[in-house]
Amino acid sequence: MSDRIADIWGARTPHGRGTVWPARVDLHLADGLGEWEVDRWVQSACLLCSNGCGCDIAVKDGRMVGVRGRATDVVNHGRMGPKGLYGSTPWARSADRLTRPLVRDNGRLVETDWDTAMGRVVEVSRRLLAEKGPLSHGFYTSGQLFLEEYYALAMIGKAGVGTPHMDGNTRLCTATAAAAFKESFGADGQPGSYTDIEYCDAIFLYGHNMAETQTVLWMRILDRTRSADPPVIVCVDPRRTPVAQEAERTGGVHLAPRVGTNLALMNGLTRELFVNGWIDEAWVQAHTLGVDDLRTSVERYHPDEVGRICGIDPDDLRRAARIFGESERVLSTVLQGFYQSHQATAAAVAVHNLHLLRGLIGQVGSGILQMNGQPTAQNNRECGADGDLTGFRNWDNEQHVRELADLWNVDPLTIPHWAPPTNAMQIFGYAEEGSIGLLWISATNPAVSMPESARIRRILGGDQCFVVVQDLFLTETAQLADVVLPAAGWGEKSGTFTNVNRTVHLSEKAVDPPGEAKSDLDILLLYAAAMDFRDLDGAPLIGWSTPEEAFDAWRETTRGRPVDYTGLSYAKLRGPTGIPWPVNDGAPEGTDRLYADAVFPTATDYCETYGHDLLTGAAVTEQEHRAMRPDGRAFLKAAAYTPAHEEPGDDYPLLYTTGRTVYQFHTRTKTGRSRSLNRAAPDAWVELSVPDAERLGITEGDVVRVESPRGAIEVRARVGHVMAGAVFAPFHYGSWDPTGANCDGRQANELTMTVWDPVSKQPYFKTAACRVVKVRDGDGPAPAPTTAASASASPGVPATGGGAATVSRVVDTPVYPNDPAQTVPAGGA
Amino acid sequence: MHLVTYIGLVHRAEQTLADSFRVVGQGHAKEPDVLFTCQALAQMSDEHVRRLIPIIDRYGEQGHGDDVEEPERLHASGLAEVRSGPVGLLRDLQDLHVLGTLVQTTWTVIIQAAQGLRDHDLLKVARDAGGETARQLSWLNTRMKAAAPQALIVAR
Ligand code: SF4
Repeated sequence: MSDRIADIWGARTPHGRGTVWPARVDLHLADGLGEWEVDRWVQSACLLCSNGCGCDIAVKDGRMVGVRGRATDVVNHGRMGPKGLYGSTPWARSADRLTRPLVRDNGRLVETDWDTAMGRVVEVSRRLLAEKGPLSHGFYTSGQLFLEEYYALAMIGKAGVGTPHMDGNTRLCTATAAAAFKESFGADGQPGSYTDIEYCDAIFLYGHNMAETQTVLWMRILDRTRSADPPVIVCVDPRRTPVAQEAERTGGVHLAPRVGTNLALMNGLTRELFVNGWIDEAWVQAHTLGVDDLRTSVERYHPDEVGRICGIDPDDLRRAARIFGESERVLSTVLQGFYQSHQATAAAVAVHNLHLLRGLIGQVGSGILQMNGQPTAQNNRECGADGDLTGFRNWDNEQHVRELADLWNVDPLTIPHWAPPTNAMQIFGYAEEGSIGLLWISATNPAVSMPESARIRRILGGDQCFVVVQDLFLTETAQLADVVLPAAGWGEKSGTFTNVNRTVHLSEKAVDPPGEAKSDLDILLLYAAAMDFRDLDGAPLIGWSTPEEAFDAWRETTRGRPVDYTGLSYAKLRGPTGIPWPVNDGAPEGTDRLYADAVFPTATDYCETYGHDLLTGAAVTEQEHRAMRPDGRAFLKAAAYTPAHEEPGDDYPLLYTTGRTVYQFHTRTKTGRSRSLNRAAPDAWVELSVPDAERLGITEGDVVRVESPRGAIEVRARVGHVMAGAVFAPFHYGSWDPTGANCDGRQANELTMTVWDPVSKQPYFKTAACRVVKVRDGDGPAPAPTTAASASASPGVPATGGGAATVSRVVDTPVYPNDPAQTVPAGGA
Repeated sequence: MHLVTYIGLVHRAEQTLADSFRVVGQGHAKEPDVLFTCQALAQMSDEHVRRLIPIIDRYGEQGHGDDVEEPERLHASGLAEVRSGPVGLLRDLQDLHVLGTLVQTTWTVIIQAAQGLRDHDLLKVARDAGGETARQLSWLNTRMKAAAPQALIVAR
């Protein structure tokens, strides 16, 4: 029995390099139930981060009562982390679930039936289409729906309504990963595999506190770093995270660049490769474009200069570069520390450059993992319910648009390729000015998660735009809506989703949704039917109705594209493990890593984008792209470092950065309703460094006011391990609280600014300036966990723990399809 | 030598472009990408002006109102203030594009002359600057395309 709040990663199962990661089954059941008391186990995968751990849902008396990791799944080999164990099911039984539709009458939301609620939506929708056309509609979705739902939404938006205003909160979490892939390799698609962990000599984690964001993946790394022949860890992060500590332990390097200077650091690392000759010249010649420009662009980033810009020791930079340059196999992972920070796409692309310069891609042990924040973000990108075109197609390629128009049997001009897709921030801008008159928000909570909260609340609450929200709960966003539609959640509906490692899982319906709640797919299809969208032959635009039919229709759109699902079906996904795409006749069991042949999807007629200027976001034209003859070669692209948009000054002397904690997910809709998780991180806090706290006269637990030019919060202070000059705030906490209290004034995004990356359009949550003043003495330590990056610097703060009992048992390790340790002869690979 | 006239022309045009980028950026600060990108693009033109100084020291500069008539007519005045609203933004970006095109074609002819004179320093400045002018124009194009449908069809 283990408390996985106190022991986040569980016991180690260390193993040698090039051997398979041992299986261990983790499980948790509510109410002290035993495994034998469970009525049914239903196949699924965890939906609480992008790792997508394969699991079975326990059902007892028609209720979901817990989860058990699937030992046979390639992603997690049976393990689960605290969020998955404790947070997967309790929300479903929560008394405050939405069970009936709501409409706004005389300023108040009142319960109604589906006909009335959908009737109002359709009335507004039809009126706006008649008066203003499709540009009056905007759809803002999630990273937590299923593939089938995104696909339906993409068809409704792109072929039914015909609006370019479609995006998801994936813009906030994963847009830079996708954009960086497209700029370097021509199309989206994770090159690396988790099996690279078992083979690499060094792991670089860039702005990726994996120990808290993807705990099971971190267990996989720990099982290598705690073995006899560990890889070396290099960590780039302004906080002293568990990853940073592991870097020190393995003889690697912790680089803590000043917030907003990532690109200068990356340019410095790149320069070191050139200066020291750590370049595979022949490979670069054969498989890349742009090496000369790259060399010139990084010339001025001497380690001393980088040290000055980033506030790091130049020798640490040299050491990190040497580890990259001299290790035989390197794995790199990247997350929000890069994606949500200044010059995001350029910094993420620079990670690709390092690998390309050494030819370290497409081989076992040498991979890149540009991570996602959310569990199904990948599917949003694939299906195009965001700004992408379905099936990794290219908006600017007439042939691609025609292909899709043929598949959907609509006029190509209906598919809005005559305007670049509108990013989330711009969609809210149009809603603000009222030129978008209907905004449909599904499964996300922008009132808490978007930058500059006061502005977002104003937009959603105003009369200029009719707002529809479909969700599980009456979130801060739903409270501002004109119509609220009750949705079924995970385990209450069937569908597939794809993790960050391209692995597709089927998640089956385990129980019925409460009351009149409907699956997101059914809600969307209800709207499509009521709007009577038709194809060119007058038949209904969407001719299918079940998740499996939706999946089969989607599969057809992937034929011949990099994201090839043609070998997948629900039947096949009911097997022992999730399966990584591409899956087709050539790779019936899926594909462990991309680009083994060093041919990249950059050919002009095939690629997903012609690319952009990394500094400005200006689009490269088809002619310019063709003239470069990329023909399967990867692009080496560079940009100069520029200072962040808001630098600290006299009024706001500190840097403000937001992030996550291991126990909560997003705006806590699910994790906040788990007792074990919520007790571990019940309320907001900010982290200050010891020297800053001393200067400001602040001690552990004091109530402080943190203020930026846009807003302020009052929360308790954790004097901890953030770098001097920076303030860290977790972004999970809005006004909603499981205690029922209304908790205003603690929302991290009150302070962040509306500014985004020029290429990926991802907002920068990690570069704002702020000031901190003490409000009053505290009455105990801050409500921040002690177990990971938020640990206190002062002694005497009680350790975080108290999680309900879970079971972990080591089992025989099965054979995993595609695992090089089991398919390649020993010593090979 | 008429090259001197053109060096003067590009000097002023780059300065005008830089100032106009700043005016448009500030004036449309409600669109954060316009604000910040215009600032970055203004700095590009500032840098071109800075790199022209040693060139001007060598060649001299034909200033305003001198006797070479034709190119003088080309001098464009910049944007002193912005228009309002979505259509206003579109028009302002279009004006910047006109200014940028003047800068670009001026660099093009200077590149020709610099080659004829085998003036490697001038050639380098002109090629670098001309390349960056192309980036300024591409961004303006991209941003106008993004703004056009909403501004022309649905904006109030
Ligand atoms: S690592 Fe992510 S997917 Fe796996 S159990 Fe934890 S939250 Fe769920």
